[in-house]
Amino acid sequence: MSMTIAEKILARASGKEEVTPGEFITAKIDLAMTHIATAAVAAAYMGFPKRFKKVWDPEKIVMLEDHYVPAPNVQWATIHTMIRKFAKDYGIKYFYDVKAGICHQVLPERGHVRPGMLIVGTDSHTTTYGAFNAASAGIGNTDMTVVFSKGELWFQVPQSIGFNIEGKLEDRLMSKDIILYIAGKYGADVATYKSIEYTGKVMDDMTMASRMTMSNMGLEIGGKFAFGPPDNKITDFLKGRTNEPLNLVFPDEDAKYETVYDIDVTDMEPQVACPHTVDNVKPISEIEGTKVDQAFIGSCTNGRLEDLRIAAEILDGKKIHKDCRMIVIPASWEVYKDAMKEGILEKLIDAEAMICNCSCGPCFGAHMGLLAPKENCISSSNRNFRGRMGSDASGIYLASPATVAASAINGVITDPRKVE
Amino acid sequence: MKISGRVWVFPDNVDTDAITPAKYFDKPGELRNHILETFDKTFPKEVQPGDVIVAGKNFGCGSSRETAPDVFPPLKVGVIVAESFGRIFYRNSVAIGLPILECPEVSKAFEKGQQMEVDLEEATVKNLTTGKTIQGKKLPPMLLNIIKGGGQIKLLKKEFKAAAKKK
Repeated sequence: MSMTIAEKILARASGKEEVTPGEFITAKIDLAMTHIATAAVAAAYMGFPKRFKKVWDPEKIVMLEDHYVPAPNVQWATIHTMIRKFAKDYGIKYFYDVKAGICHQVLPERGHVRPGMLIVGTDSHTTTYGAFNAASAGIGNTDMTVVFSKGELWFQVPQSIGFNIEGKLEDRLMSKDIILYIAGKYGADVATYKSIEYTGKVMDDMTMASRMTMSNMGLEIGGKFAFGPPDNKITDFLKGRTNEPLNLVFPDEDAKYETVYDIDVTDMEPQVACPHTVDNVKPISEIEGTKVDQAFIGSCTNGRLEDLRIAAEILDGKKIHKDCRMIVIPASWEVYKDAMKEGILEKLIDAEAMICNCSCGPCFGAHMGLLAPKENCISSSNRNFRGRMGSDASGIYLASPATVAASAINGVITDPRKVE
Repeated sequence: MKISGRVWVFPDNVDTDAITPAKYFDKPGELRNHILETFDKTFPKEVQPGDVIVAGKNFGCGSSRETAPDVFPPLKVGVIVAESFGRIFYRNSVAIGLPILECPEVSKAFEKGQQMEVDLEEATVKNLTTGKTIQGKKLPPMLLNIIKGGGQIKLLKKEFKAAAKKK
């Protein structure tokens, strides 16, 4: 047999010896995650006959609230109430409510994600769990209603592609710079419908947090799944968080990849995605000095401890520019607490950053921290579509947390290597 | 299943934030007035029942929000034909029974305002204005059945009904 990671997991989940790209299968779901979409699933369930009003497995569903947290208005407060009621009525075992953080940080932290699983979530960045060797993909609320009801769903077995990343990353460059470079070089649709496997020495050496950023942004280049290297960093992270067995899935040596892209990150500059597409990427030297009104560190892409840590290191003893404001959102309560213990939050507060509660925050432009016309935001989040974070006449620049922090000091886009 | 209508043309990489901007999610009735406005301001004002959409690569990229395909059936937009789709948008369209077709050459074959006819089973896309027909990618039977069945929820309810009868 010669199968990629995606093919192996989909074969196992569909009860087959082997699957091939292009094939349509029905696969059993190991874990389903929902946040705000739970409300839409609940609405669909209202139309079901009574005896079919049950979920396939209340222990295989994880629910939480992260998008509009705490509720910004009565409408969302009411939706939260619906979600709480659904979790209670259907006996959902793992319901974290508004008390845990952003889904893609919380699920691995709480040991729900394990190697080899097939996971679906009502969030596009569900690809994040690929860092933990899980085949995980975003779906909508209608498909999720099918999953809740039957525990299975159709899939097309994707082609697999590889990104082999070698070389040495300079100090103050991060995995975000690598994935933005990939988006810029190969385009926002290079991986559409495909399963990504990131390999190479740079990936091997990377922390789990940095790998999560790569898998998370795999979606922004179109990926269906986005796997990191299967190794003991995954099992080390998950030990103590779950008692379930942790069995890594490796690709076969003769597995077939549609394309393998070779990338050398040596001498790479920090990268910035300019308005209004994720693949409009420039090396920082080309856009240094662009005015920024808001700097945001957070989201499922870059709101982890190492992200806050590098920001604190760069901002230590300095102040955010008087014409710029900064929002920092730890991705989860665990990250929040660790950042507090390490003294990171104190440094950020001294620099006059706003520390907000764990949530998606300004990333999706509907809750807080919105932009006025003609304002620019430099953000560690994942999307810079026109109007995403507020006014259609605002601009979003995507960058690493290091670049965001450096830019906040000067009020203009700044190379983090130039800040002491 | 044949669908025809007046064409709107959109470029590559139309995202789901543009289709349904999140900032109008809690303003009932407002969302309808902002669909796709960042790409074409005239769309929400001038779209008519029976219109169809032609787009470039990666239509519906971005968020998994199902509001994006969901806005088209109430507008009575009959079909979306794009060179490729964001995969979640594609899945969601099938799930709600919205006809959707991949056709690699479609952007070049149409201009705004022309008339299009799509044969969903055959995956043929005809420009009724120029008379030219191009070939799209045939939908696999599994997905075609979901679309023709009116979407996943309808099919699920049908299944429940059948199961209830058996018992």
